[in-house]
Amino acid sequence: MSLLLLQEAAMNFGPLAAIGAGLAAVGGGIGVGKIGGAAMEAMARQPEMQGKLQGSAIVLIAFIEAVALFGVVVSFLVAG
Amino acid sequence: MQINTLKTFLFSILLATSFLSYASESDPENDKPFDTKELIFHHIKDSHSFHVAGHLSIPLPVILWTKNGLTTFMSSEFHHDVDGKTIVENNGQKFVNLHEKIYQLEDGATAVNFDKEHHPTNAVKPLDFSITKNVFSMFLSMIVLLLIFFTAAKSYRKSANGMPSGIAKFTEPIILFIRDEVAIPNIGEKKYKKYMPFLLTLFFFIWLNNIFGLIPFFPFSSNLSGNIAFTLSLAAITFVITLFSSKKYYWKHMLWMPGLPVPMKLFLAPIEFMGMFIKPIALTIRLFANITAGHIIVLSLISLTFIFQNYVVGAGSVLFVVFISVIEVLVVAIQAYIFTMLSALYFGQALEEEH
Repeated sequence: MSLLLLQEAAMNFGPLAAIGAGLAAVGGGIGVGKIGGAAMEAMARQPEMQGKLQGSAIVLIAFIEAVALFGVVVSFLVAG
Repeated sequence: MQINTLKTFLFSILLATSFLSYASESDPENDKPFDTKELIFHHIKDSHSFHVAGHLSIPLPVILWTKNGLTTFMSSEFHHDVDGKTIVENNGQKFVNLHEKIYQLEDGATAVNFDKEHHPTNAVKPLDFSITKNVFSMFLSMIVLLLIFFTAAKSYRKSANGMPSGIAKFTEPIILFIRDEVAIPNIGEKKYKKYMPFLLTLFFFIWLNNIFGLIPFFPFSSNLSGNIAFTLSLAAITFVITLFSSKKYYWKHMLWMPGLPVPMKLFLAPIEFMGMFIKPIALTIRLFANITAGHIIVLSLISLTFIFQNYVVGAGSVLFVVFISVIEVLVVAIQAYIFTMLSALYFGQALEEEH
């Protein structure tokens, strides 16, 4: 069923895949921006925690980025 | 420091320009319009021969398991044909190369027939164990890793006071970083030692393969860590180790969480159970998508030159490629770190005890 839908989508909505990829990038951008901002603020408040904050910020950013990349991969599949 | 930055910059430009020549050579001489998609997919897909430059390719062995047993021949027998026109006869069986997938023709067939969706109708895929471009690149990185770490180990054996020398000076801080920042905080002081070999192998193997993918000339440049089969295998190993090291506490918290009302338990158990499988899938797709996306961005920027056929756009796209390549150097290290870090986190969760 979902495969059929995807095939249908690939035939009719090819260009929409590009919009999907763009939306995924917007979501990722918002998420990464929030994490980056919060991490910067925390580092400014407690400079001695910088190392730990940087590490966890990078890991959290990776989580967000993965979701954005899922979107990109799906739109790639749809665009065929 | 100044010189180092300059050197790095020049080296990146060299890399970018070598990419450029690579792209121009795969551009067909006839008047076909430039096909960006084909160029990009040619570069990120696995292949049965290793394209070096121009018309020079290194043939790689094709190893197939058919009904009549093992069949081997060199991929040069296809003469770079990926449309299924060149038929290779071996052992009385006929093979064609269709978009880098080897098909075996059925008995009596002399040419491949296609249906409407361009799927072959009279050919089947045999089991393919070929040394493809990606497999070649994996063997190369294994050899390099072994060389690095045997040299490092030897330097420790030689030194009197246990101080590292040579390449060990480079690897020791990274190994200590994995131990002190990844393994011990996530797995715990008592049990981390058992998992260190796997975590270190994972980190260095992914990192080295990512770096090899960034270098745009032979014998590197294959998109190994951007291959979903590769990342899936690594994630599957993590998954199996997690299962085998899991304690009662892990399963209890997944399937019948203590301290929750029963309807909530019934609701959460399937979600948690699915989460167990989604974790390695997320690991797979994260590495695959990150590395593939990096390759696609670089290739798309290079393709801009050929789409616009304009010097200004060309210069701009080279600058952008240098910029992206520098970011990619950072990204590949971070991705290797994250894969290792998350594996350690899952092992830690599996090992947790009642407290």
